[in-house]
Amino acid sequence: MKKKGSLLVILTLLTLLLSGCTDELIVLNPKGPAAEMLSETIIFSVLMMAGVLVVVFTLFTIILVKYRASNSSPDYEPPHDEGSLKLEITWTLIPIIIVTILSVVTVKTTVAVEKPPAGYENQKPMIIYASSSNYKWHFSYPEQGIETVNYLNIPTGQNIEFRLYSYGPITSFWIPQLGGQKYAMSDMVTKLNLVADTPGSMMGKNSNFSGRGFAKMEFEVLAMSPGEFDEWVNDVKKTAPPLTEERFDELLKIEFPGRESYTSTHLEFRPAPEDHSSHFKKPGQKDEEQPSNNDNHEGHGEENNQETEVEDHSNH
Amino acid sequence: MNWDKFIVDGLKHGDPLIIGAVISIVLVSIAIVAGLTYFKKWGYLWREWLTTVDHKKIGVMYIISALVMLFRGGADGLMLRIQLTAPEAKFLTAQHYNEIFSAHGIIMILFMAMPFIIGIMNVVIPLQIGARDVAFPRLNAVSFWLFFFGAMLYNIAFVVGGAPDAGWTSYFPLASTEFSPGVGNNYYAIALQIAGLGTLMTGVNFIVTIMKMRAPGMTLMRMPMFTWSTLITCIIIVFAFPVLTVALALMMFDRLFGSQFFTMANGGMDMLWANLFWVWGHPEVYIVILPAFGIYSEIISTFSRKNLYGYKSMVASMAIISLLSFLVWVHHFYTMGQGAAVNSFFSITTMLIAVPTGVKIFNWLFTLRKGKIVFTTPMLYSLAFIPIFTLGGVTGVMLAMASADYQYHNTMFLVAHFHYVLIPGTVFAVIAGMYYWFPLIAGFKLNERQGKAAFWTIAISFNVTFLPLFFLGLDGMTRRQYTYSAETGFGPLNLIATIGSVGLMIGFALVVYNIIWSFRHAPRETKGDVWDGAGRTLEWATHIPVPVYNFAVVPEVDRLDAFYFAKKEKRSLFKNKIEKIHMPSNNGQPFILGAIFFFWGFFMVFSMWKSAIVAGIGVLILLAMRTFERDHGFYIPVDEVKKTEQSYGGDSV
Repeated sequence: MKKKGSLLVILTLLTLLLSGCTDELIVLNPKGPAAEMLSETIIFSVLMMAGVLVVVFTLFTIILVKYRASNSSPDYEPPHDEGSLKLEITWTLIPIIIVTILSVVTVKTTVAVEKPPAGYENQKPMIIYASSSNYKWHFSYPEQGIETVNYLNIPTGQNIEFRLYSYGPITSFWIPQLGGQKYAMSDMVTKLNLVADTPGSMMGKNSNFSGRGFAKMEFEVLAMSPGEFDEWVNDVKKTAPPLTEERFDELLKIEFPGRESYTSTHLEFRPAPEDHSSHFKKPGQKDEEQPSNNDNHEGHGEENNQETEVEDHSNH
Repeated sequence: MNWDKFIVDGLKHGDPLIIGAVISIVLVSIAIVAGLTYFKKWGYLWREWLTTVDHKKIGVMYIISALVMLFRGGADGLMLRIQLTAPEAKFLTAQHYNEIFSAHGIIMILFMAMPFIIGIMNVVIPLQIGARDVAFPRLNAVSFWLFFFGAMLYNIAFVVGGAPDAGWTSYFPLASTEFSPGVGNNYYAIALQIAGLGTLMTGVNFIVTIMKMRAPGMTLMRMPMFTWSTLITCIIIVFAFPVLTVALALMMFDRLFGSQFFTMANGGMDMLWANLFWVWGHPEVYIVILPAFGIYSEIISTFSRKNLYGYKSMVASMAIISLLSFLVWVHHFYTMGQGAAVNSFFSITTMLIAVPTGVKIFNWLFTLRKGKIVFTTPMLYSLAFIPIFTLGGVTGVMLAMASADYQYHNTMFLVAHFHYVLIPGTVFAVIAGMYYWFPLIAGFKLNERQGKAAFWTIAISFNVTFLPLFFLGLDGMTRRQYTYSAETGFGPLNLIATIGSVGLMIGFALVVYNIIWSFRHAPRETKGDVWDGAGRTLEWATHIPVPVYNFAVVPEVDRLDAFYFAKKEKRSLFKNKIEKIHMPSNNGQPFILGAIFFFWGFFMVFSMWKSAIVAGIGVLILLAMRTFERDHGFYIPVDEVKKTEQSYGGDSV
């Protein structure tokens, strides 16, 4: 029967997933403690759920084989069966136990993903502002006083607090091998703590649909030793131009600018919306934020005229 | 007048797919008009269908519309898959891809799954509770025509003005005029609103029908499981749909009248839209899944020749699911930054849904146990549902874990999960239900051999299409990305998925072939209770095809599965004599109302205010006409009922 076939296929695939091919799937091939914790959580849940599948599939197969009409005598009449309180309580309680176990794991890990990864609680985090504007990412390093576009270099062994926001549609900042994702929105800042254990290049992307150029909204994350990182920062400082307000406004309108580096950040003239509290600000307080949104608004009005010209940049 | 705004970009740029779509729409329209004129069917169409208030015919129209939409949405899905077959494919542009995946989601959920389910409810519920129609037959027709014209309005977006392109979720600020300046998302706000009003009325109508019109003796705990699932679903509709109504109205104000509820500037909150959308959106998922559970319960019980195991816990589990469905909406955006406490709460409520659902799975398994299982086409779909849906369900539990969801969110893993619950859940159920109850309307069964061939094609292709997506998701492929580079390594699994989707399309084409073939060649049934006399509920107690008045005499019920026991004990459920039967009269107003709503919506989409006001006044005039109208329906005289009964062979009463 086909069901037995699909059971076999699913079990084989599950075994494959859990043995050899975890390295192939980047979510299960972590390069930092946050992603590692999530990878372990995922594998744990897969095993629990595989147990459920085995029970259901086995029962299903046995019942179908045993009680098919062609297997019973023509005058067999199935009994009237109202149900059994005992059995029904059993298959209510067992799922409750499973859900309870998973809930404990979930709550623990859900609390953990909002904090610096284990082992890095006492380290002073390095802050990077990651903001999206139509189909690109700006990375501002306020402590180093530099800013990059569409590439992210980070030191290994250092907890980085990403502060996320957007100059347009909701985007989601995701570096699968370092940890989970989080939304970047226009009216508040969200925070995400990530650490890279080993040097190397990784894929980062926006995972939340944000319009026409969404599929190309990937960026390279390069984890390097702290020494190399400092070297790179110095390098940028020597070679790159400062980011002026005019240049930044121009940049906001470009859809696919490729990689860029600057020796100052846009935070100086266009601060981030920070956290929820800005919703509750009194009239007149922190007023400088409002005009910045409006500038952006006007910027998008012109976007359509530039489309064809800008599209060519995508092949950089 | 400036006609330019009505012309979609694809036509201006000469996109062959869009031109093809326009030409085919024009050709089909001409063919329909010409055909109706040539065969002189205009009168027939108007008298028998457009003005009907008969729940069975309205149900059939719902199902036909849903099948057409299944192919429209399926063709969309196929185009998406073709575009993703290989890295950097050039089949669709990004813009076109965005429009198509938005259309695929909206059409499949709102214009395929829901109307299909509502169609089956329409056909079956009055029969199952021994009633002659729904409580408000005229309102039922209004519901259908609002749905129909809402769906039509949405469907013309592709060729007139431009289609919505912000996803079926239409998240702000992407869907605001700032980032989506075209008329596409106006269609979303208006067309869904019109169709949604129809659904809300259906909810009210069926609650009243089930509460007030059951056959004598049918207490709540003697109702068939499909009736229970419909009752609970309609309660969800009545609580959830007003949220959509309000959200869409706010969206309309934002897009058409310059309000700032969800925009970026001036303190608008994009997250508010996401919350409102999913406060409706999650219960909506249960609106399409609970009736499916009801359908499976009926079919599994019929074809294992056994009563449903654990009837009470089946009812209780649905009630609990319906409550929980309103407490889980945040799991659609764990990553919005609301913090660990909120996420933990919603994780637990979401996982809790697995408990009542698990109870149902085991109850179905134990209904099968000790049964005498016959593998008919509807039964095959119902059986395949159990393992496939369980896989969808357990991945749902995995997604419910907020921490892990930080890695699944927005990926193909999620896409695989919801197709694994919605296709075996809803799509298999409505097809199974269609095969199962088809003889009630048509008077014959659909050919079994063809039906089974279609089933195997669909079941196997489904797994080939969607199983690879779990792995693509874990490999970091996000949903809604129209292309990917070769370095990502997504190519091979995507190729497999596309092959599967072609198989799915063939499978659904086989279902349609099955229907057409059976219309011409299938042997006509002479008696009711066509499934080898295994029927357990009242819809099998009357003649086939069901007469316009459903039951010549209202049946009386003394227990659950009363029809089954009456057959066994050789009793009759029909104790009274034939009397004259009160019936509602046909009326053209619901159709005209729907048509006016269509034009109102169209004018609103294009901000043509004067025309919109005129159409709006038209709506008010029709409502006023209905208010002052006196129409008490008509009676079918005893003689005519007797004559009709005799034409069936006349001994069932």
